[in-house]
Amino acid sequence: MADASAPLLPLVLENVGFAAGGRTILAGIDLRIEPGPRTVIIGPNGAGKSVLMRIMHGLLAPTSGTLRWANPERRGEPRRQAMVFQRPVLLRRSVLGNLLFALAVAGVRSHEREARARAALDRVGLGTFADRPARVLSGGEQQRLALARARMLRPQVLFLDEPTANLDPGATREIESVVQSIHDSGTKIVMITHNLGQARRLGDEILFVDRGRIAERSDVDRFFRHPATAEADAFLKGELPWH
Amino acid sequence: MRHRPRSLCKILPIGQPLRPPPATVNTLSLAFGEAWAMIARADPKLLEIVALSLRVSLSAVVVATLLALPFGAALAVARFRGRDALVVVLNALLGLPAVVVGLAVYLLLSRAGPLGALGILFTPAAMVIAQAVLIFPLIAALARQSVADAWREYAEQLHSLGAGPLASAFALLHDLRFSLVTIVLAAFGRAIAEVGAVMIVGGNIDGFTRVMTTAIALETSKGDLPLALGLGLVLLAIVLALNVGAHLMKERAQRHHG
Ligand SMILES: Nc1ncnc2c1ncn2[C@@H]1O[C@H](COP(=O)(O)OP(=O)(O)OP(=O)(O)O)[C@@H](O)[C@H]1O
Ligand SMILES: [Mg+2]
Repeated sequence: MADASAPLLPLVLENVGFAAGGRTILAGIDLRIEPGPRTVIIGPNGAGKSVLMRIMHGLLAPTSGTLRWANPERRGEPRRQAMVFQRPVLLRRSVLGNLLFALAVAGVRSHEREARARAALDRVGLGTFADRPARVLSGGEQQRLALARARMLRPQVLFLDEPTANLDPGATREIESVVQSIHDSGTKIVMITHNLGQARRLGDEILFVDRGRIAERSDVDRFFRHPATAEADAFLKGELPWH
Repeated sequence: MRHRPRSLCKILPIGQPLRPPPATVNTLSLAFGEAWAMIARADPKLLEIVALSLRVSLSAVVVATLLALPFGAALAVARFRGRDALVVVLNALLGLPAVVVGLAVYLLLSRAGPLGALGILFTPAAMVIAQAVLIFPLIAALARQSVADAWREYAEQLHSLGAGPLASAFALLHDLRFSLVTIVLAAFGRAIAEVGAVMIVGGNIDGFTRVMTTAIALETSKGDLPLALGLGLVLLAIVLALNVGAHLMKERAQRHHG
């Protein structure tokens, strides 16, 4: 039996497809996610980025193809991967209570939980918010809390689906620096964004998804300077008309 | 129906040409005064009826809640064939007329009925059953709705955290505690204000199965306005208090938890 800290990565997707309601949403996805470089997924609205991420994180089952982790997670074991959603989902309890719940679910022993939760809050600057109800925090604060929750669980892989959509530039920078420090601690980052500046700042490699397929994959500098496909070129021109 | 309890005809003022004396403004204000006086001096007869009402309806709410909450929650989360049909039926049962529930429970409990052997027709136990049946759909349907809404919002996050069914259920119930209490209060309000079902299965026996609503119906038709009015005021106060409680609960939940 694999122990709970066995490496998850690499993740291999072979010919993965997803169809729902008679529509093909993803088709023929072949993908290998290695530990290390930060992977940023970009592409037009409705391309299938979020569905792809949900499939990788195990929230949706692919309707065709296979998905393999090096040492898969098992039912009943604490998860070794985490995800931050575009709209954070927080429980109707205190900020601290949200973190304690996540730690309890992850099987952390009860006497360790509070110290770990408070440390996680301090690191995202929410230390003084511990006793506030989580649901009344501002959007940016909620997203920081969701990020603190994910980081606190020390995942090997962290998925982020547009974590800074709807945030002001200051809050966006804060989130970015937290993501950076999570990367520095050795966690694999896989992130979706529509913010191309952010993709450049935070990305090592770009996965360009278009109409349910991976149209292009390359390192970040090359992608933005010389996109290999016409679709990516058009996408970049549409997004950055001043180029 | 073969078995027809004779007692019912004696107790219920059905078909008897009881003609209440014409109420003038004067008799009305007199009656109000007497009603207040009864409440103020805690008239034992009035108290006894109020106490039985509370006992019956509280028991019914406890029984119905214990069954309907898990049922509604399961209906919200579980996937099986025929679930949608079940939800439609449940929602339709929300408007169930109390007299129909009373009739159904009466048939079940009558001596020739399937549960006739219990011998509890015309006892408070029968009234508890009837009210529990009446409010079960209310609690189950509203609980299902609020759990389903919350589940749509939480499911992915809870899966992402690795929460199993048990941890998810507790998280959901905890987060919904205020709306679930509000639902239970509404059900209690419906139970205690209902007259048709308890009249049929309880029989409105003086000192034994006479509750506020059946007493009001009887005393009004007999023309004993003070007792009817006194009970009416108490009932109104209870229903009002329930609604104020539910409102405060919602306010508090909004303020503290968003
Ligand atoms: N669980 C699902 N079941 C069926 N269809 C879905 C599901 N989730 C998304 N879709 C559909 O799949 C398509 C791709 O959705 P997806 O959310 O992956 O797009 P996206 O690339 O993330 O777009 P955006 O940039 O707008 O977030 C959409 O047309 C959407 O309606
Ligand atoms: Mg998306």
